[in-house]
Amino acid sequence: MFVEAIDDILKDQCTPAAVRAIQTGGSPAALWDALSSAGFLELLKPETDGGAGLPLAELFPVLCCFGHYTVPVPVAQTIVARTLVSSQLVLPPGMVTLAQTFRREVNGTISCALTPYGMLADYVLARDGDGLLLLSCAAASRAGTGVPNSLTASLTWPDESSAIRVLHGGAMLPAFAAALHAALLSGAMNRVFEMTLQYCNDRVQFGKSLGKFQAVQHQLSVMAEHTAAAAMAAEAAFQGVESFPSLLIAAMAKSRTSEAAVLVAATAHALHGAIGVTEEYDLQLLTRSLHEWRTAHGSEAYWNTVIGQQVLLSDLSLSDFVRSL
Amino acid sequence: MSNLLSAFRLATLPAETTSFRAEVKAFLKLNHEPASPDIRARSWMGFDAAFSRKLAARGWVGVTLPARFGGAELDAFSRFVLVEELLAAGAPVSAHWIADRQSGPLINKFGTDAQRQFYLPKICAAEAFFCIGMSEPNAGSDLASVGTRATPCQVDGVSGWRLNGRKVWTTNAQHCHYMIALVRSSGESADRQKGLSQFIVDLSLPGVTVRPIRDLAGDAHFSEVFFDDVLLGDDALIGVEGSGWAQVNAELAFERSGPERIYSSIVLLEHWIACLRTSADATSHLATIGRFATHLATLRNMSIAVTSKLVNGESPVVEAALVKDIGTEFEQSIPAIIEAAIGLNPDAPVDADLYRTLAYVSQIAPTYSLRGGTREILRGMIARGLGLR
Repeated sequence: MFVEAIDDILKDQCTPAAVRAIQTGGSPAALWDALSSAGFLELLKPETDGGAGLPLAELFPVLCCFGHYTVPVPVAQTIVARTLVSSQLVLPPGMVTLAQTFRREVNGTISCALTPYGMLADYVLARDGDGLLLLSCAAASRAGTGVPNSLTASLTWPDESSAIRVLHGGAMLPAFAAALHAALLSGAMNRVFEMTLQYCNDRVQFGKSLGKFQAVQHQLSVMAEHTAAAAMAAEAAFQGVESFPSLLIAAMAKSRTSEAAVLVAATAHALHGAIGVTEEYDLQLLTRSLHEWRTAHGSEAYWNTVIGQQVLLSDLSLSDFVRSL
Repeated sequence: MSNLLSAFRLATLPAETTSFRAEVKAFLKLNHEPASPDIRARSWMGFDAAFSRKLAARGWVGVTLPARFGGAELDAFSRFVLVEELLAAGAPVSAHWIADRQSGPLINKFGTDAQRQFYLPKICAAEAFFCIGMSEPNAGSDLASVGTRATPCQVDGVSGWRLNGRKVWTTNAQHCHYMIALVRSSGESADRQKGLSQFIVDLSLPGVTVRPIRDLAGDAHFSEVFFDDVLLGDDALIGVEGSGWAQVNAELAFERSGPERIYSSIVLLEHWIACLRTSADATSHLATIGRFATHLATLRNMSIAVTSKLVNGESPVVEAALVKDIGTEFEQSIPAIIEAAIGLNPDAPVDADLYRTLAYVSQIAPTYSLRGGTREILRGMIARGLGLR
């Protein structure tokens, strides 16, 4: 039921034009207010803490929906951040994003490199060992990546005076961030697939629609296979009775979706032809995100190593290992 | 979202399959001698009638068939678990495999009561082994162009059929008792799918010649079967005359939807990982192992999603084609990647069993995307499912 309500808001407030405007420096206030005033930031928080107490399985389609619309605000991250700090801290209003890395230098400066939505977030939640640090972006210097229309930024603080420490939840951040991005990737890939299928039905060359050519049909079939595999891997991370994803299944979700993103983006562009790489055509909003989300919080290369280590450490056969997840 | 993609939602095996899995594991521990991995890698090409009979004695051949015929009456989820464990162990399942998976269910669905009572108890007892007669020298992917012909005739004053023609690439026909063959019973080859029927052919009948074909791995897992004036009774016809095409497609849905489409290289993969656990080189391969684990877990979930549709009484033909195509890609990538891995360091010793198993799987892996429908056929089916054809 939440997903329909969110879809309605995004259809209205997160149009491709709105995404472009925010990515080029426009104010995210209207979109953010629409999402936060509807109470969606508290979706996961337990009902005892004033949240909606949504089970993980029901959060999954919501996160996919954010990916589908390439939402240009860290709403998924804020929902997760509020769960990670949960009863330990009442988060101030505003956009919270998750840091994929946190460094403390000898001179006392701290930094979070290549932080998704770092250009417009109000706070960054970073893992510091077992705990978490809530860092105010007002006290940080933000450096964009130089990539046009990207909201990713590296943030540096001269010291930790503005940081608020939370004792627990650090260990859960990487798994949750990986799972969150897996869902965003899956949602975006589903949309890319839809757009490409539609384009191949509409576009006529040699007197028939592209979708009538066998070579094109087979490319779409393979794209469907990998989109479906990615969706299943992502959904698997949002199961169980815990309020956070398990590290191994989240690792597999991020790995499988990140791997599929390459094939899905490449096939979509190949089938769209040159129109697909233009600024005015909406495909670029999605495929740029696919590549950005693939590298955020660990690509498949990173997570596969984590998973491989666990397989070798276990005394189970691979088949039993996979079934024990 | 396209309907095809929305079909892939997570489904879970019901809780009772956990205890069933433990029973299967216990059975295998007792009854499956641990052969060398290159033998176990042959799993569903490995013909061992004695093993099949032991499995039958435990009640696990014809697992989905009705109890009154000796079947275990288990649902598709339990069959999934049984198949998973048999393949992971590399058990030699070829003898009863086809009958359990498709011939038995086909006879149960389309057969007469007399046919059910005759064949199904024999299948469940592992006394009747079946093979599939689809391909012919001039009918590979283009299955509708089969030329083997059944002509109505009188045999000693009783109506029957005279069978002439030839089937090829039939797995283990030389060891099987019966073939369910797709043949033309009326019309001409220009009629395509119309006029095709399925017959149960007793392979011991006069006029049947089976010639095994040696393969590149040194085995003779498939064969050529010749029919020269083979006389069949009316009761050899299975289902409705002329409905062979529809029946075959229902059968192929069973053939394509099982977990066997993701486990074909599993014995090789397990043995490679077992070798790495005692090797100093393991750290070079962590990402490769992690990727295999990720793909296996995901494909397994896709296969369970298809199985849940079978349990719900649906016929997930396109979904099964999708899982088979991406599943065989994974199965074929395993020997390709392990070949590169064992050659990473020419100075490092290679386990002899690993070397042999790898060679076998590399050599036979091209068949994974031929049997049960080629890539091109499957991708065409997916495209149809997407509304493109």
